[in-house]
Amino acid sequence: MLAKRIIPCMDVESGRVVKGVHFVNLRDAGDPVKLAAFYDREGADELVFLDITASHEERDTKVELAARAGDEVFIPYVIGGGIGSLEDIRRILKAGADKVSMNTAAVEDPSLITRSAKRFGSQCVVVAIDGRMRADGTWEVFTHGGRTPTGIDLLKWATEVQRLGAGEIMLTSMDRDGTKKGYDIPMTRAVCRDVSIPVIASGGAGKLEHLAEAIEQTGCDAVLAASIFHYHEHTISEAKQYLASRGIEVRQQAHSGN
Amino acid sequence: MTRGIGIIDYGVGNLRSVEKGFEKVGVSARICARPEELDDYDGLVLPGVGAFGDAIENLKGIGLADAIIAYIDSGRQLLGICLGMQLLLTYSEEHGRSEGLGVIPGSVVRLPGEVKVPHMGWNVMNVPKDVPLFEGVDSGSRFYFVHSFYCLPDEAEWTVGVTPYGVEFSSAVGRENVWGVQFHPEKSSLLGLEILRNFGRMVTGARK
Repeated sequence: MLAKRIIPCMDVESGRVVKGVHFVNLRDAGDPVKLAAFYDREGADELVFLDITASHEERDTKVELAARAGDEVFIPYVIGGGIGSLEDIRRILKAGADKVSMNTAAVEDPSLITRSAKRFGSQCVVVAIDGRMRADGTWEVFTHGGRTPTGIDLLKWATEVQRLGAGEIMLTSMDRDGTKKGYDIPMTRAVCRDVSIPVIASGGAGKLEHLAEAIEQTGCDAVLAASIFHYHEHTISEAKQYLASRGIEVRQQAHSGN
Repeated sequence: MTRGIGIIDYGVGNLRSVEKGFEKVGVSARICARPEELDDYDGLVLPGVGAFGDAIENLKGIGLADAIIAYIDSGRQLLGICLGMQLLLTYSEEHGRSEGLGVIPGSVVRLPGEVKVPHMGWNVMNVPKDVPLFEGVDSGSRFYFVHSFYCLPDEAEWTVGVTPYGVEFSSAVGRENVWGVQFHPEKSSLLGLEILRNFGRMVTGARK
């Protein structure tokens, strides 16, 4: 049986990790590749780099990041942030990334999902969906880093991206993101019920219990978290041990000869 | 003139990760693309992602298929990774039927409908017997998989790793000097690198 995945996410701007990171045992935790290699050694199952460098700057930052990560990271990694063309995707994958995630561009041109899935395979195509609850209790899709409402119903969009060829959904609750109050369980559960592709729950993780709750109560395949790992409130191996103690199947990092 | 391991480039997939993985464990590895180059290497890796039919057409079209078979006949070690493992078998049922290299008799078939396909993520590999490729790797360890088809070798003894996913399938094969793993060692963290290190050792050991 597949293990549930734990995925640390790094926001990267102009080649540096954006959110303050405090690691005593890491010389340069602001370097996303050094931080990623550290998470790999600690037992992370996959990594997400969200490049938020403004689009008017050098557009090759994502390709460079993918290539540099390939030198030191030996687990799958996803590159996201402002990816809008097949050529972007081709270069990022060729540099060593396993998947790309697309968000705003997929909403503006849904055919991008189908074209990239056909060319590179669905397994490379992650669609990131940012959602917020509406007054009537349904959820709406937001774009541009959660700033722009689209009027699109989130559950309809989730099933649509699956139909268009997405291999995975990275689902972020804008209501919970940054609150550390736990994942949005009802929204995540609703998406997991409606699609058959893997869902990564994101937004709101503040303690290890939150990771377990999302896995146990929603049917998600992976949990994404940033601050609880970046601030070293918990190590990845502590998270794995905790989940295993609750009967959740996880990969425990083995220590090899080196 | 020996060059360590040659990673065969036939126009599909990402070879850089495999190259970097060997580099990380101190094994000399280079990407090679011309049939006449293969002989220069002490061991070969056949990587691959994508469709079986396209891959075998590419290999045959540039004369690599015959060169790989001749290389294997010379007794030197070859490791197939993911689609590269599947290409070693006789044929695949992906998109009808495509002939493979046939160095490990058997077929490549689709995972059963009851499980999510592609099989993507970290799954266990049980190791039924000791083989040099998995030295230092405990049976039941997890590796990173991304695939929709699996290998069904004709002889049970060629299966050196088994993974449960809807069926118990051969996640690793070994027949004399030919090896294959369905998962990606270059994306399987420390234990995956350990397998690359073992292969490097097997290749140089064969020269003693």
